[in-house]
Amino acid sequence: MKVTMKVNGRAVSGEVEGRTLLVDFLRNDLRLTGTHVGCDTSQCGACTVHVDGKQVKSCTMFAAEADGAEVATIEGVAAPDGTLSSIQQAFQDHHGLQCGFCTPGMVMAAASLLKDNPKPTEAEVRHHLDGNICRCTGYHNIVKAIMAASGQEMPAMAAE
Amino acid sequence: MYAFEIERPTTLDAAKAAIADGGQALSGGQTLIPTLKARLAMPEKLVSLHSIAELKGVSTDGEGRICIKGATVHRTVGDEAGAYPALASVAARIGDPAVRNRGTIGGSLANNDPSACYPAAALGSGATICTDRREIAADDYFKGMFTTALAEGEIVTEVKFPVPEVAAYEKFIQPASRFPLVAVFVAKFADGVRVAITGASETGVFRWAEAEKALSDNFTPEALEGLKMDPDHMIADLHGDKAYRAHLCAVMTKRAVKNAK
Repeated sequence: MKVTMKVNGRAVSGEVEGRTLLVDFLRNDLRLTGTHVGCDTSQCGACTVHVDGKQVKSCTMFAAEADGAEVATIEGVAAPDGTLSSIQQAFQDHHGLQCGFCTPGMVMAAASLLKDNPKPTEAEVRHHLDGNICRCTGYHNIVKAIMAASGQEMPAMAAE
Repeated sequence: MYAFEIERPTTLDAAKAAIADGGQALSGGQTLIPTLKARLAMPEKLVSLHSIAELKGVSTDGEGRICIKGATVHRTVGDEAGAYPALASVAARIGDPAVRNRGTIGGSLANNDPSACYPAAALGSGATICTDRREIAADDYFKGMFTTALAEGEIVTEVKFPVPEVAAYEKFIQPASRFPLVAVFVAKFADGVRVAITGASETGVFRWAEAEKALSDNFTPEALEGLKMDPDHMIADLHGDKAYRAHLCAVMTKRAVKNAK
């Protein structure tokens, strides 16, 4: 079937099967490979994108269900000239990634949190990341980066 | 994944026709899509309920019940069911933010996962589950693990929750899956207390009659002193044995009573 949607502000369309996952349409048809497939079982959150402004796991939604929707992926987060968004910059400044595989999902989840809650507490940041798994950082610097992106200093932590 | 079709009807009538024609209802898909990937179910046609406006929304009826349409996502319930704070709190803590943006109350109740949150809220509240063909009391709806009173192709259209005087939902999560290892919904109504437990039993969500009786006489955590859950029907798996889950039932019930508001 034919699907049409806006991805990062650009109108796109393509032929998909019923079984085509949104993440496969983004990666294989649109060649937007920044959105990652980690677990493919809706646990890890590496495939997190926004559909009509709401974060979803694109491995657990069919492309057909996004027909007519506005989709935002990691490729649309930085400015067209390559300037990083404040969240991306904070991840770089605070070493919020090591291998980087989970980072697109982490950034999209963080953007969703800060849109609804511009000044989250550390506990709220951690709670919001329930569905995003990172196997490198231990989360500490990811939380620090998101707090910094919200313009807040990270309080001293027990772990430090 | 194997090949299948998807239909996206925009009215309940069109969805009923497509399902009667052999389709499988697809609500938020947060359980069904992983199930399809594992080929634990292999329908030839999915009928998405996501585009049906008449199946979405939160309202209050003439009896003061909070009424949630079947395809309403958890996030909306968390945001809009504030008149029943314990119910809004259940919805706001299911899964993770992405799951809450897709998963629906109708999908959760139709699936009746033995560790799901909404079955505890529905049974603990004495809710009414409305379908495209009838209304079913929560006490008659849950029939065991992944089993409900729904007939083949029956669609959950709305769930009506009476609002108790006070209530709370306390869950002890299994940290990998984020599902409850054991969770307890306690609701105190003028005519008695209901206690519903999920995650614990091999027969799915259930009411704890002894605790209900004790709490109806005296709604305090102390009223539960000495009450023990029979471990016989508890789930045993690598996350916890029967005795552990039975113990958690009592602990989480006490916490729910303490935190009820």
